[in-house]
Amino acid sequence: MRRFVLTALITATLAFSGTLSAQLNIPEIPFDATAPLTLPPNLHLGEAAGVATNSKGDIFVYTRTGTPRITTAGARNVSHGGARLFQFDRTGKFVREMGQGAYGFLQAQQVRVDPQDNIWVVDQMSTQVIKFDPNGRIQMIFSRKPEAMRVPALPLAVPPDTYALVLPQPPAPAGEGRGGAPPAAAPAGGRGAAPPGSGAAGETFNRPTDVAWDSAGNIYVADGYGNSRVAKYDSNGKWIKNWGSTGTGEGQFRVVHGIQIDASNNVYVADRDNKRIQVFDTDGNFKTQYRNVGSPWAICITPGPRQFLYVSNSNPPNNLDYDGEILKMTLDGRIVGKFGRAGKLLKEFGTVNAIDCRSENELYVGELGNWRVQKVMLKPAAGTQ
Amino acid sequence: MNRYLNGCLVLLALLVAVPGLAQTRAKAQNVPEIPFESVPNFLKMPADVYLGESMGVARNSKGHIWVYHRRDDTRLFEFDENGTFVREWGQGVYGFEFAHKVRVDREDNVWVVDEGTNMLIKFNPEGRVLMVLGRRPEAVEGAVETPQGNPPPDERYLFARPTDVTWDPQGNIFVSDGYINHRVVKYDKNGRFIRKVGSNLRGPEPYQFNTPHSIAADAQGNVYVADRGNARIQVFDNNLVLRAIYDNVGNPWEVCISPGPHQYLFSSNSNPDSNPAASWEVSGEIYKMELDGRIVGKFGRAGKAVGQFQTVHGIDCRNPDELIVSEISAWRVQKIRLRQTTTTSSR
Repeated sequence: MRRFVLTALITATLAFSGTLSAQLNIPEIPFDATAPLTLPPNLHLGEAAGVATNSKGDIFVYTRTGTPRITTAGARNVSHGGARLFQFDRTGKFVREMGQGAYGFLQAQQVRVDPQDNIWVVDQMSTQVIKFDPNGRIQMIFSRKPEAMRVPALPLAVPPDTYALVLPQPPAPAGEGRGGAPPAAAPAGGRGAAPPGSGAAGETFNRPTDVAWDSAGNIYVADGYGNSRVAKYDSNGKWIKNWGSTGTGEGQFRVVHGIQIDASNNVYVADRDNKRIQVFDTDGNFKTQYRNVGSPWAICITPGPRQFLYVSNSNPPNNLDYDGEILKMTLDGRIVGKFGRAGKLLKEFGTVNAIDCRSENELYVGELGNWRVQKVMLKPAAGTQ
Repeated sequence: MNRYLNGCLVLLALLVAVPGLAQTRAKAQNVPEIPFESVPNFLKMPADVYLGESMGVARNSKGHIWVYHRRDDTRLFEFDENGTFVREWGQGVYGFEFAHKVRVDREDNVWVVDEGTNMLIKFNPEGRVLMVLGRRPEAVEGAVETPQGNPPPDERYLFARPTDVTWDPQGNIFVSDGYINHRVVKYDKNGRFIRKVGSNLRGPEPYQFNTPHSIAADAQGNVYVADRGNARIQVFDNNLVLRAIYDNVGNPWEVCISPGPHQYLFSSNSNPDSNPAASWEVSGEIYKMELDGRIVGKFGRAGKAVGQFQTVHGIDCRNPDELIVSEISAWRVQKIRLRQTTTTSSR
């Protein structure tokens, strides 16, 4: 009965744009924040799509900046630029740029640092995942940048209900609606039609969003806006399997927007537009889901013996008037507390797209809306844990 | 309720006082000409630096000048008070794509309005980004087609080719938006939406706009909107309640309000940028007005020579007797000295 009431409450709350956490009396975690990054005079951050730290405390930011452009080259419309990868020291001072002019740097989506301090960037527009070693040399590449861009690609209007960033695709053979099958997806196995969004066996991502690793070094790619799947590779980049397709059921996704793996090799997938986090084992078997997180735009799991899960219920880019808080959860889905709200000031968030939580109470938060990385210092009060 | 009544009374008064509000508007007649001179070669460019279409120009409290202009890429240049090039701002900033306006606020922050990225960017006086409003469409969406029919509904925190920005004494932000939307939006100083007037649809009635192209606020926090396509200036109070309409100064491309105890309103009836035949005969002049709409005088005319204007798009009137004027079609900025001021009214 109690569970029923809770479920009803959750259902009712979900109807209000996922502002659920505001209505369940979740404790507010006291916190402070700074904008610590300093850049040379002629260098500017754009949208801070990804932020991550390495074991030395260096900060990496993958940003949407400059002027992304498509040249009408004649036979091919070729896309260029629009994303840059910056490194800062632990005080926030600019150190260097990595990957200048890289072929796959078009629209920054995420950056993560693996346990060996390699830096992995995910680019939504080139569809690529690129691994840099700690010295900034490229070690491994997944997927391939489309050779040519379709111009024009889209009508101007965005879908009014969700501001979903999903490309309205040309009518797919199966005839599903928005967010349906990616045009590039070949049926897995080559016979019969694969479920929409399940992606190709192999790579060919469609607007991927995030990358994570398990304890054996296997690589998991969240893919993404265009596909609705997780793709798993061994540590050498050889494809192992996919799971997921477009939909609302267990093991299905609507905008796979983030992925993290805990020390016990549970895989947490931010199923953004289904407003939930799904948990799988490393073979993609569904284990559980947390439906009480709003729209998870960014997720991060802390290291160490007692792990926590941070989830950003980010405000959509077109609105500051609801959502925007970050939740702190235990790995079993209990919400410990929350902090922040949508806005432009310090301690407010503008469409958080990335969280680094190498230190449990000292987070780096990357915002799309405010072109900013904030360092968030949590001051957990007694009783919030 | 009280406010509503007041608004109605104002409207009624306007309709009585200005017959033919929505009809073809005649410009004021017998307006005194204000003698003026253009300071020759005011901006001094390094040999390898060029201006493009000079969309916006603004001075800060120290007299330094910012020009937001369209060349190979959209650029923001700083000059000192003597017109000497100082430096470029915002190289590679994500929001620079197609310049429309630059303004400097009371704290010497520099704001640019970019109609290519649908963004406003606030730089601090040192040139670092402090705040952004609106959002650039994601590159992954690719090139977009000009929409057919009515534009999508306007959104609180997104713009559709915005044109200009101004602030009231409290620091509230007013954005004129723009070519696709036809509205004015008020935000608090931290960028939080307060209210708007107008919508995504253009219209000729009071409270509607047809390309709100420029905006300025006076010391009382009243807001003057250059309703260019409707050939009028709509004046709103701080809560965006209509106070007055001035419809005898042609098509206002640019409005500017001078500071100080006696404020003046400048409005440019710019000649169209396509230079259609005969347009030079009927447009190109800048009006100097009292805030209540009385016309003090006018100066300038369309033409390519120094001292003439080619589609004025930016006016800085921090000093009402010494204006900085930027032009689209002449790729230049002129410093204009007005030789006299007068209180003569033609209205």
